[in-house]
Amino acid sequence: MPDFLARVGRVFLAFLAAAGRLALFALHALSHCLRPPFYPRLVVRQLIDIGYYSLPVVGLTALFTGVVLALQTHTGFSRINAEGAVALVVVLSVTRELGPVIASLMVAGRIGAAMAAEIGTMRVTDQIDALSTLSTNPFKYLVVPRLVAGTIAMPALVVIADIIGVFGGFLVGVYKLDFNPGSYIGQTADYLHSDDVVSGLIKAAVFGFTIALMGCYHGYHSRGGAEGVGTATTYSVVSASIMILLLDSALTSVLF
Amino acid sequence: MAATPKIAVRGLKKSFGPKVVLDGIDLDVGVSESRVVIGGSGTGKSVLVKCIMGLLQPDSGSIKIDGVEAMRLPAREREKLMAKFGMLFQGAALFDSLPVWENVAFGLIQGRGIERHHAKEVAIEKLGAVGLTPDVGELRPSELSGGMQKRVALARAIAAEPEIIIFDEPTTGLDPIMADVINELIVKCVHDLGATAISITHDMASVRKIADRVAMIYKGRIIWSGQKEEMDRSGNAYVDQFIHGRAEGPIRMEVRAL
Repeated sequence: MPDFLARVGRVFLAFLAAAGRLALFALHALSHCLRPPFYPRLVVRQLIDIGYYSLPVVGLTALFTGVVLALQTHTGFSRINAEGAVALVVVLSVTRELGPVIASLMVAGRIGAAMAAEIGTMRVTDQIDALSTLSTNPFKYLVVPRLVAGTIAMPALVVIADIIGVFGGFLVGVYKLDFNPGSYIGQTADYLHSDDVVSGLIKAAVFGFTIALMGCYHGYHSRGGAEGVGTATTYSVVSASIMILLLDSALTSVLF
Repeated sequence: MAATPKIAVRGLKKSFGPKVVLDGIDLDVGVSESRVVIGGSGTGKSVLVKCIMGLLQPDSGSIKIDGVEAMRLPAREREKLMAKFGMLFQGAALFDSLPVWENVAFGLIQGRGIERHHAKEVAIEKLGAVGLTPDVGELRPSELSGGMQKRVALARAIAAEPEIIIFDEPTTGLDPIMADVINELIVKCVHDLGATAISITHDMASVRKIADRVAMIYKGRIIWSGQKEEMDRSGNAYVDQFIHGRAEGPIRMEVRAL
Protein backbone atom coordinates (compact mmCIF):
# COMPACT_ATOMS: atom_id res chain seq x y z
CA MET A 1 0.00 0.00 0.00
CA PRO A 2 2.72 2.57 0.87
CA ASP A 3 4.46 1.65 -2.41
CA PHE A 4 1.27 2.28 -4.33
CA LEU A 5 0.74 5.64 -2.62
CA ALA A 6 4.35 6.62 -3.29
CA ARG A 7 3.89 5.76 -6.95
CA VAL A 8 0.69 7.80 -7.16
CA GLY A 9 2.49 10.67 -5.42
CA ARG A 10 5.39 10.54 -7.88
CA VAL A 11 3.04 10.56 -10.87
CA PHE A 12 1.13 13.50 -9.38
CA LEU A 13 4.34 15.44 -8.71
CA ALA A 14 5.56 14.71 -12.25
CA PHE A 15 2.23 15.97 -13.59
CA LEU A 16 2.51 19.18 -11.56
CA ALA A 17 6.10 19.71 -12.71
CA ALA A 18 5.07 19.23 -16.37
CA ALA A 19 2.13 21.62 -15.93
CA GLY A 20 4.48 24.17 -14.37
CA ARG A 21 6.99 23.85 -17.22
CA LEU A 22 4.21 24.28 -19.77
CA ALA A 23 2.85 27.36 -17.94
CA LEU A 24 6.34 28.92 -17.83
CA PHE A 25 6.83 28.14 -21.52
CA ALA A 26 3.49 29.82 -22.34
CA LEU A 27 4.30 32.90 -20.23
CA HIS A 28 7.76 33.15 -21.77
CA ALA A 29 6.24 32.94 -25.25
CA LEU A 30 3.56 35.52 -24.43
CA SER A 31 6.16 37.95 -23.10
CA HIS A 32 8.07 37.59 -26.40
CA CYS A 33 4.84 38.31 -28.33
CA LEU A 34 4.95 41.84 -26.93
CA ARG A 35 8.64 42.62 -27.45
CA PRO A 36 10.42 43.28 -30.77
CA PRO A 37 11.80 42.08 -33.07
CA PHE A 38 8.65 40.80 -34.77
CA TYR A 39 8.57 38.52 -37.79
CA PRO A 40 5.43 39.38 -39.80
CA ARG A 41 6.58 37.33 -42.83
CA LEU A 42 6.71 34.23 -40.65
CA VAL A 43 3.28 34.98 -39.17
CA VAL A 44 1.83 35.25 -42.69
CA ARG A 45 3.50 31.98 -43.70
CA GLN A 46 2.03 30.25 -40.64
CA LEU A 47 -1.40 31.78 -41.32
CA ILE A 48 -1.31 30.20 -44.77
CA ASP A 49 -0.15 26.84 -43.35
CA ILE A 50 -2.65 26.76 -40.51
CA GLY A 51 -5.58 28.53 -42.12
CA TYR A 52 -5.55 28.12 -45.88
CA TYR A 53 -4.16 24.58 -46.10
CA SER A 54 -6.51 23.33 -43.36
CA LEU A 55 -9.60 24.53 -45.24
CA PRO A 56 -10.29 21.28 -47.16
CA VAL A 57 -10.12 18.99 -44.13
CA VAL A 58 -12.03 21.38 -41.87
CA GLY A 59 -14.65 22.10 -44.55
CA LEU A 60 -15.25 18.42 -45.28
CA THR A 61 -15.53 17.54 -41.60
CA ALA A 62 -17.92 20.42 -40.98
CA LEU A 63 -20.11 19.42 -43.92
CA PHE A 64 -20.54 15.84 -42.71
CA THR A 65 -21.02 17.00 -39.12
CA GLY A 66 -23.95 19.20 -40.24
CA VAL A 67 -25.39 16.35 -42.33
CA VAL A 68 -25.23 13.77 -39.53
CA LEU A 69 -26.45 16.24 -36.93
CA ALA A 70 -29.57 17.07 -38.97
CA LEU A 71 -30.34 13.38 -39.54
CA GLN A 72 -29.87 12.34 -35.89
CA THR A 73 -31.78 15.35 -34.57
CA HIS A 74 -34.66 14.54 -36.86
CA THR A 75 -34.62 10.89 -35.71
CA GLY A 76 -34.83 11.89 -32.05
CA PHE A 77 -37.15 14.88 -32.33
CA SER A 78 -39.65 13.08 -34.58
CA ARG A 79 -40.40 10.81 -31.59
CA ILE A 80 -41.70 13.80 -29.64
CA ASN A 81 -43.22 15.55 -32.65
CA ALA A 82 -40.61 18.32 -32.60
CA GLU A 83 -39.12 17.90 -36.08
CA GLY A 84 -39.41 21.64 -36.63
CA ALA A 85 -36.52 22.23 -34.24
CA VAL A 86 -33.97 20.58 -36.54
CA ALA A 87 -32.73 23.92 -37.95
CA LEU A 88 -32.43 25.36 -34.43
CA VAL A 89 -30.45 22.39 -33.08
CA VAL A 90 -28.15 22.29 -36.10
CA VAL A 91 -27.28 25.98 -36.08
CA LEU A 92 -26.76 26.22 -32.31
CA SER A 93 -24.80 22.96 -32.06
CA VAL A 94 -22.56 23.86 -34.96
CA THR A 95 -21.82 27.47 -34.01
CA ARG A 96 -21.55 27.05 -30.24
CA GLU A 97 -19.94 23.63 -30.00
CA LEU A 98 -19.24 21.34 -32.91
CA GLY A 99 -17.75 23.91 -35.29
CA PRO A 100 -14.98 25.05 -32.94
CA VAL A 101 -14.33 21.65 -31.34
CA ILE A 102 -14.29 19.48 -34.44
CA ALA A 103 -12.35 22.02 -36.51
CA SER A 104 -9.81 22.35 -33.69
CA LEU A 105 -9.41 18.59 -33.31
CA MET A 106 -8.76 18.29 -37.04
CA VAL A 107 -6.24 21.16 -36.94
CA ALA A 108 -4.58 19.63 -33.86
CA GLY A 109 -4.00 16.45 -35.88
CA ARG A 110 -2.76 18.27 -38.95
CA ILE A 111 -0.94 21.33 -37.68
CA GLY A 112 -0.01 20.45 -34.08
CA ALA A 113 1.78 17.33 -35.31
CA ALA A 114 3.54 19.23 -38.10
CA MET A 115 4.73 21.94 -35.70
CA ALA A 116 6.07 19.41 -33.20
CA ALA A 117 7.81 17.44 -35.95
CA GLU A 118 9.37 20.53 -37.57
CA ILE A 119 10.58 22.16 -34.37
CA GLY A 120 11.58 18.78 -32.90
CA THR A 121 13.71 18.01 -35.95
CA MET A 122 15.29 21.45 -35.68
CA ARG A 123 16.06 20.71 -32.02
CA VAL A 124 17.70 17.32 -32.56
CA THR A 125 19.73 18.55 -35.56
CA ASP A 126 21.08 21.60 -33.65
CA GLN A 127 19.19 24.05 -35.89
CA ILE A 128 17.68 25.76 -32.83
CA ASP A 129 21.15 26.22 -31.33
CA ALA A 130 22.26 27.53 -34.73
CA LEU A 131 19.54 30.20 -34.55
CA SER A 132 20.98 31.40 -31.23
CA THR A 133 24.48 31.59 -32.69
CA LEU A 134 23.10 33.75 -35.53
CA SER A 135 21.78 36.41 -33.13
CA THR A 136 18.20 35.19 -33.49
CA ASN A 137 16.05 34.33 -30.50
CA PRO A 138 14.50 30.90 -31.24
CA PHE A 139 11.41 31.76 -29.18
CA LYS A 140 10.70 34.86 -31.24
CA TYR A 141 11.54 33.17 -34.53
CA LEU A 142 9.87 29.78 -34.08
CA VAL A 143 7.30 29.93 -31.28
CA VAL A 144 5.78 33.41 -31.40
CA PRO A 145 4.73 33.40 -35.11
CA ARG A 146 3.04 30.02 -34.64
CA LEU A 147 1.16 31.12 -31.52
CA VAL A 148 0.00 34.37 -33.14
CA ALA A 149 -1.03 32.62 -36.37
CA GLY A 150 -2.80 29.80 -34.50
CA THR A 151 -4.81 32.29 -32.44
CA ILE A 152 -5.84 34.31 -35.52
CA ALA A 153 -6.36 31.50 -38.05
CA MET A 154 -8.54 29.23 -35.93
CA PRO A 155 -11.50 31.67 -35.54
CA ALA A 156 -11.38 32.35 -39.30
CA LEU A 157 -11.48 28.60 -39.97
CA VAL A 158 -14.36 28.18 -37.55
CA VAL A 159 -16.43 30.87 -39.29
CA ILE A 160 -16.08 28.87 -42.50
CA ALA A 161 -16.73 25.57 -40.66
CA ASP A 162 -19.91 27.09 -39.16
CA ILE A 163 -21.20 28.15 -42.58
CA ILE A 164 -20.41 24.78 -44.18
CA GLY A 165 -21.81 22.84 -41.20
CA VAL A 166 -25.11 24.74 -41.29
CA PHE A 167 -25.18 24.27 -45.06
CA GLY A 168 -24.78 20.48 -44.53
CA GLY A 169 -27.81 20.53 -42.23
CA PHE A 170 -29.71 22.59 -44.80
CA LEU A 171 -28.96 20.05 -47.57
CA VAL A 172 -30.32 17.18 -45.47
CA GLY A 173 -33.26 19.24 -44.23
CA VAL A 174 -34.34 20.26 -47.72
CA TYR A 175 -33.45 17.25 -49.88
CA LYS A 176 -34.01 14.38 -47.44
CA LEU A 177 -36.36 15.62 -44.72
CA ASP A 178 -38.53 17.72 -47.05
CA PHE A 179 -38.20 21.05 -45.26
CA ASN A 180 -39.12 24.15 -47.21
CA PRO A 181 -35.80 25.86 -48.10
CA GLY A 182 -37.07 29.33 -47.28
CA SER A 183 -38.50 28.36 -43.89
CA TYR A 184 -35.33 26.37 -42.98
CA ILE A 185 -33.16 29.40 -43.70
CA GLY A 186 -35.64 31.68 -41.94
CA GLN A 187 -35.65 29.51 -38.80
CA THR A 188 -31.87 29.33 -38.82
CA ALA A 189 -31.60 33.11 -39.03
CA ASP A 190 -34.31 33.70 -36.40
CA TYR A 191 -32.81 31.38 -33.80
CA LEU A 192 -29.19 32.36 -34.28
CA HIS A 193 -27.94 35.16 -32.00
CA SER A 194 -24.62 36.94 -32.37
CA ASP A 195 -23.37 35.66 -28.99
CA ASP A 196 -23.78 32.06 -30.26
CA VAL A 197 -21.21 32.81 -32.96
CA VAL A 198 -19.00 34.96 -30.74
CA SER A 199 -18.79 32.30 -28.02
CA GLY A 200 -17.69 29.78 -30.67
CA LEU A 201 -15.05 32.17 -31.99
CA ILE A 202 -13.69 32.84 -28.50
CA LYS A 203 -13.35 29.10 -28.05
CA ALA A 204 -11.66 28.83 -31.46
CA ALA A 205 -9.06 31.47 -30.57
CA VAL A 206 -8.25 29.68 -27.29
CA PHE A 207 -8.07 26.30 -29.03
CA GLY A 208 -5.84 27.72 -31.80
CA PHE A 209 -3.43 29.10 -29.21
CA THR A 210 -3.49 25.77 -27.35
CA ILE A 211 -2.76 23.70 -30.48
CA ALA A 212 0.20 25.91 -31.41
CA LEU A 213 1.44 25.95 -27.81
CA MET A 214 1.39 22.15 -27.54
CA GLY A 215 3.08 21.69 -30.91
CA CYS A 216 5.81 24.20 -30.07
CA TYR A 217 6.30 23.00 -26.47
CA HIS A 218 6.70 19.32 -27.32
CA GLY A 219 8.81 20.06 -30.40
CA TYR A 220 11.06 22.49 -28.51
CA HIS A 221 11.74 19.94 -25.77
CA SER A 222 12.15 16.87 -27.94
CA ARG A 223 15.25 14.79 -27.35
CA GLY A 224 16.97 11.75 -28.77
CA GLY A 225 16.75 11.80 -32.56
CA ALA A 226 13.96 10.38 -34.69
CA GLU A 227 12.31 8.55 -31.80
CA GLY A 228 12.21 11.74 -29.74
CA VAL A 229 10.63 13.66 -32.60
CA GLY A 230 8.03 10.90 -33.05
CA THR A 231 7.21 11.00 -29.34
CA ALA A 232 6.94 14.80 -29.42
CA THR A 233 4.53 14.58 -32.35
CA THR A 234 2.32 12.04 -30.57
CA TYR A 235 2.33 14.01 -27.31
CA SER A 236 1.51 17.18 -29.19
CA VAL A 237 -1.62 15.74 -30.80
CA VAL A 238 -2.80 13.84 -27.71
CA SER A 239 -2.23 16.70 -25.26
CA ALA A 240 -3.75 19.31 -27.61
CA SER A 241 -6.85 17.12 -28.11
CA ILE A 242 -7.30 16.56 -24.37
CA MET A 243 -6.72 20.25 -23.66
CA ILE A 244 -9.30 21.22 -26.31
CA LEU A 245 -11.95 19.04 -24.66
CA LEU A 246 -11.04 20.22 -21.14
CA LEU A 247 -11.01 23.88 -22.15
CA ASP A 248 -14.26 23.40 -24.05
CA SER A 249 -15.97 22.26 -20.84
CA ALA A 250 -14.51 25.16 -18.91
CA LEU A 251 -15.34 27.78 -21.56
CA THR A 252 -18.86 26.42 -22.09
CA SER A 253 -19.49 26.79 -18.35
CA VAL A 254 -18.28 30.39 -18.49
CA LEU A 255 -19.98 31.36 -21.77
CA PHE A 256 -23.17 29.33 -21.16
CA MET B 1 51.92 41.80 -17.85
CA ALA B 2 50.39 39.07 -20.05
CA ALA B 3 47.73 40.15 -22.57
CA THR B 4 44.12 39.40 -21.66
CA PRO B 5 43.09 36.15 -23.36
CA LYS B 6 40.20 36.36 -25.82
CA ILE B 7 38.50 33.54 -23.95
CA ALA B 8 39.34 32.54 -20.37
CA VAL B 9 37.56 29.58 -18.79
CA ARG B 10 38.09 28.84 -15.10
CA GLY B 11 36.78 26.02 -12.93
CA LEU B 12 33.91 25.26 -15.29
CA LYS B 13 31.56 22.55 -14.04
CA LYS B 14 28.51 21.03 -15.68
CA SER B 15 26.53 17.93 -14.75
CA PHE B 16 23.46 16.31 -16.25
CA GLY B 17 21.71 14.66 -13.30
CA PRO B 18 24.27 12.43 -11.59
CA LYS B 19 26.60 12.45 -14.64
CA VAL B 20 29.48 14.90 -14.25
CA VAL B 21 30.48 16.06 -17.75
CA LEU B 22 32.75 19.03 -17.00
CA ASP B 23 34.64 18.80 -13.74
CA GLY B 24 36.56 22.06 -13.37
CA ILE B 25 37.81 23.04 -16.84
CA ASP B 26 40.52 25.72 -17.12
CA LEU B 27 41.28 26.93 -20.64
CA ASP B 28 42.74 30.09 -22.18
CA VAL B 29 42.51 31.04 -25.85
CA GLY B 30 44.61 33.98 -27.02
CA VAL B 31 43.60 36.65 -29.53
CA SER B 32 43.75 35.29 -33.12
CA GLU B 33 44.86 31.93 -31.79
CA SER B 34 43.57 28.63 -33.14
CA ARG B 35 43.03 26.36 -30.16
CA VAL B 36 42.00 22.73 -30.67
CA VAL B 37 40.46 20.65 -27.91
CA ILE B 38 40.90 16.93 -28.43
CA GLY B 39 39.37 14.05 -26.55
CA GLY B 40 37.35 10.88 -27.02
CA SER B 41 33.64 10.71 -27.67
CA GLY B 42 31.55 11.63 -24.64
CA THR B 43 34.36 13.40 -22.77
CA GLY B 44 32.54 16.76 -22.74
CA LYS B 45 34.05 18.61 -25.71
CA SER B 46 30.72 19.66 -27.21
CA VAL B 47 29.33 20.58 -23.78
CA LEU B 48 32.40 22.79 -23.21
CA VAL B 49 31.87 24.80 -26.40
CA LYS B 50 28.12 25.00 -25.84
CA CYS B 51 28.82 26.47 -22.40
CA ILE B 52 31.24 29.00 -23.92
CA MET B 53 28.59 29.93 -26.53
CA GLY B 54 25.92 30.29 -23.84
CA LEU B 55 23.82 27.49 -25.34
CA LEU B 56 24.14 25.58 -22.05
CA GLN B 57 24.20 27.10 -18.57
CA PRO B 58 27.19 25.80 -16.56
CA ASP B 59 26.67 24.80 -12.92
CA SER B 60 29.64 26.87 -11.72
CA GLY B 61 32.91 28.46 -12.82
CA SER B 62 33.76 31.45 -14.93
CA ILE B 63 33.85 32.22 -18.67
CA LYS B 64 35.36 35.55 -19.67
CA ILE B 65 35.22 36.89 -23.21
CA ASP B 66 37.59 39.83 -23.76
CA GLY B 67 37.87 40.04 -19.97
CA VAL B 68 34.08 40.34 -19.47
CA GLU B 69 32.33 37.71 -17.39
CA ALA B 70 29.82 36.08 -19.75
CA MET B 71 28.03 33.70 -17.41
CA ARG B 72 25.78 36.09 -15.59
CA LEU B 73 25.06 38.60 -18.33
CA PRO B 74 21.46 39.81 -18.81
CA ALA B 75 19.74 38.36 -21.90
CA ARG B 76 20.21 41.50 -24.02
CA GLU B 77 23.93 41.79 -23.20
CA ARG B 78 24.29 38.07 -23.87
CA GLU B 79 22.74 38.54 -27.33
CA LYS B 80 25.24 41.34 -28.07
CA LEU B 81 28.06 39.06 -26.99
CA MET B 82 26.78 36.28 -29.23
CA ALA B 83 27.29 38.58 -32.22
CA LYS B 84 31.04 38.06 -31.69
CA PHE B 85 30.64 34.32 -32.34
CA GLY B 86 30.25 32.14 -35.39
CA MET B 87 29.85 28.40 -35.14
CA LEU B 88 30.17 25.44 -37.46
CA PHE B 89 28.07 22.61 -36.06
CA GLN B 90 29.01 18.95 -36.26
CA GLY B 91 26.01 18.09 -38.45
CA ALA B 92 26.13 21.48 -40.28
CA ALA B 93 22.68 22.39 -38.77
CA LEU B 94 21.54 24.14 -41.95
CA PHE B 95 17.92 25.31 -42.02
CA ASP B 96 16.04 22.86 -44.26
CA SER B 97 13.28 25.31 -45.05
CA LEU B 98 15.58 27.96 -46.55
CA PRO B 99 17.70 27.99 -49.72
CA VAL B 100 21.46 27.81 -49.30
CA TRP B 101 22.09 31.54 -49.84
CA GLU B 102 19.52 32.45 -47.18
CA ASN B 103 21.18 30.04 -44.76
CA VAL B 104 24.47 31.86 -45.29
CA ALA B 105 22.85 35.29 -45.08
CA PHE B 106 20.61 34.41 -42.12
CA GLY B 107 22.70 36.12 -39.44
CA LEU B 108 23.02 39.23 -41.59
CA ILE B 109 19.28 39.50 -42.33
CA GLN B 110 17.81 38.47 -38.99
CA GLY B 111 20.64 39.40 -36.62
CA ARG B 112 21.95 42.60 -38.18
CA GLY B 113 18.93 43.80 -40.15
CA ILE B 114 20.78 44.00 -43.48
CA GLU B 115 18.51 44.18 -46.54
CA ARG B 116 17.90 40.85 -48.27
CA HIS B 117 19.36 41.75 -51.67
CA HIS B 118 22.55 43.08 -50.10
CA ALA B 119 22.79 40.09 -47.74
CA LYS B 120 22.41 37.81 -50.76
CA GLU B 121 25.41 39.45 -52.44
CA VAL B 122 27.48 38.86 -49.29
CA ALA B 123 26.25 35.25 -49.13
CA ILE B 124 27.27 34.57 -52.73
CA GLU B 125 30.69 36.10 -52.00
CA LYS B 126 31.12 33.89 -48.90
CA LEU B 127 30.01 30.82 -50.86
CA GLY B 128 32.76 31.70 -53.33
CA ALA B 129 35.25 31.91 -50.47
CA VAL B 130 34.52 28.26 -49.60
CA GLY B 131 34.70 27.15 -53.23
CA LEU B 132 31.00 27.03 -54.09
CA THR B 133 29.46 28.63 -57.18
CA PRO B 134 26.53 31.10 -57.04
CA ASP B 135 24.07 28.54 -58.46
CA VAL B 136 24.55 26.43 -55.30
CA GLY B 137 22.97 29.33 -53.43
CA GLU B 138 19.59 28.58 -54.99
CA LEU B 139 19.58 24.90 -53.92
CA ARG B 140 18.08 23.49 -50.72
CA PRO B 141 20.45 22.02 -48.09
CA SER B 142 18.94 18.55 -48.67
CA GLU B 143 20.21 18.67 -52.27
CA LEU B 144 23.86 18.98 -51.16
CA SER B 145 26.43 16.32 -50.29
CA GLY B 146 27.84 16.16 -46.74
CA GLY B 147 31.03 17.97 -47.80
CA MET B 148 29.08 20.75 -49.51
CA GLN B 149 26.84 21.13 -46.46
CA LYS B 150 29.94 21.58 -44.30
CA ARG B 151 31.23 24.24 -46.70
CA VAL B 152 27.90 26.06 -46.59
CA ALA B 153 27.95 25.84 -42.79
CA LEU B 154 31.47 27.30 -42.84
CA ALA B 155 30.31 30.12 -45.14
CA ARG B 156 27.44 30.80 -42.71
CA ALA B 157 29.83 30.81 -39.73
CA ILE B 158 32.10 33.42 -41.35
CA ALA B 159 29.39 35.49 -43.10
CA ALA B 160 29.05 38.04 -40.32
CA GLU B 161 32.86 38.16 -39.91
CA PRO B 162 32.83 37.08 -36.26
CA GLU B 163 35.71 37.64 -33.84
CA ILE B 164 35.48 34.10 -32.50
CA ILE B 165 34.66 31.00 -34.54
CA ILE B 166 33.88 27.63 -33.00
CA PHE B 167 34.25 24.46 -35.04
CA ASP B 168 32.49 21.41 -33.61
CA GLU B 169 34.04 18.30 -35.18
CA PRO B 170 34.32 19.95 -38.61
CA THR B 171 35.55 16.88 -40.47
CA THR B 172 33.39 14.16 -38.91
CA GLY B 173 31.72 12.00 -41.53
CA LEU B 174 33.80 13.29 -44.45
CA ASP B 175 36.21 11.36 -46.64
CA PRO B 176 39.91 12.18 -46.06
CA ILE B 177 40.23 14.39 -49.13
CA MET B 178 37.09 16.43 -48.36
CA ALA B 179 38.21 16.59 -44.72
CA ASP B 180 41.51 18.12 -45.85
CA VAL B 181 39.66 20.59 -48.09
CA ILE B 182 37.56 21.68 -45.08
CA ASN B 183 40.70 21.95 -42.92
CA GLU B 184 42.37 24.14 -45.55
CA LEU B 185 39.28 26.34 -45.73
CA ILE B 186 39.17 26.68 -41.95
CA VAL B 187 42.83 27.75 -41.83
CA LYS B 188 42.29 30.22 -44.69
CA CYS B 189 39.05 31.71 -43.31
CA VAL B 190 40.38 32.08 -39.77
CA HIS B 191 43.60 33.64 -41.09
CA ASP B 192 41.79 36.02 -43.46
CA LEU B 193 39.41 37.19 -40.73
CA GLY B 194 42.09 37.33 -38.04
CA ALA B 195 39.60 35.49 -35.85
CA THR B 196 40.12 33.48 -32.69
CA ALA B 197 39.16 29.85 -33.22
CA ILE B 198 38.26 26.96 -30.95
CA SER B 199 37.90 23.61 -32.64
CA ILE B 200 36.92 20.34 -31.06
CA THR B 201 37.78 17.17 -32.83
CA HIS B 202 39.21 13.69 -32.54
CA ASP B 203 40.58 13.77 -36.08
CA MET B 204 44.37 14.05 -35.64
CA ALA B 205 44.98 15.10 -39.27
CA SER B 206 42.64 18.01 -38.61
CA VAL B 207 44.44 18.88 -35.36
CA ARG B 208 47.84 18.99 -37.07
CA LYS B 209 46.49 21.21 -39.84
CA ILE B 210 44.44 23.80 -37.98
CA ALA B 211 45.86 24.06 -34.43
CA ASP B 212 48.24 26.58 -32.93
CA ARG B 213 47.79 25.10 -29.47
CA VAL B 214 46.13 21.89 -28.35
CA ALA B 215 44.37 20.88 -25.13
CA MET B 216 43.21 17.39 -24.25
CA ILE B 217 40.05 16.80 -22.26
CA TYR B 218 39.49 13.58 -20.34
CA LYS B 219 36.77 12.85 -17.80
CA GLY B 220 35.68 16.48 -17.73
CA ARG B 221 39.15 17.96 -17.10
CA ILE B 222 41.93 19.39 -19.25
CA ILE B 223 44.73 16.88 -18.67
CA TRP B 224 47.28 18.39 -21.06
CA SER B 225 47.76 21.66 -22.89
CA GLY B 226 50.58 22.86 -25.11
CA GLN B 227 51.81 23.87 -28.55
CA LYS B 228 50.90 21.62 -31.47
CA GLU B 229 54.57 20.77 -31.97
CA GLU B 230 54.87 19.57 -28.35
CA MET B 231 52.00 17.11 -28.70
CA ASP B 232 54.15 14.22 -29.95
CA ARG B 233 56.58 14.56 -27.06
CA SER B 234 54.13 15.49 -24.34
CA GLY B 235 55.22 12.66 -22.05
CA ASN B 236 51.56 12.24 -21.15
CA ALA B 237 50.41 8.63 -21.53
CA TYR B 238 46.81 9.68 -22.17
CA VAL B 239 47.83 12.07 -24.96
CA ASP B 240 50.17 9.47 -26.48
CA GLN B 241 47.45 6.83 -26.52
CA PHE B 242 44.92 9.22 -28.02
CA ILE B 243 47.03 10.75 -30.78
CA HIS B 244 48.29 7.32 -31.86
CA GLY B 245 44.83 5.76 -31.61
CA ARG B 246 45.90 2.80 -29.50
CA ALA B 247 43.37 0.49 -27.80
CA GLU B 248 45.91 -0.25 -25.04
CA GLY B 249 46.75 2.46 -22.54
CA PRO B 250 45.38 4.35 -19.56
CA ILE B 251 42.20 5.37 -21.40
CA ARG B 252 39.72 2.53 -21.10
CA MET B 253 36.67 2.49 -23.34
CA GLU B 254 33.53 1.70 -21.40
CA VAL B 255 32.34 -1.35 -23.29
CA ARG B 256 29.64 -3.45 -21.69
CA ALA B 257 29.90 -7.25 -22.08
CA LEU B 258 27.16 -8.80 -24.20
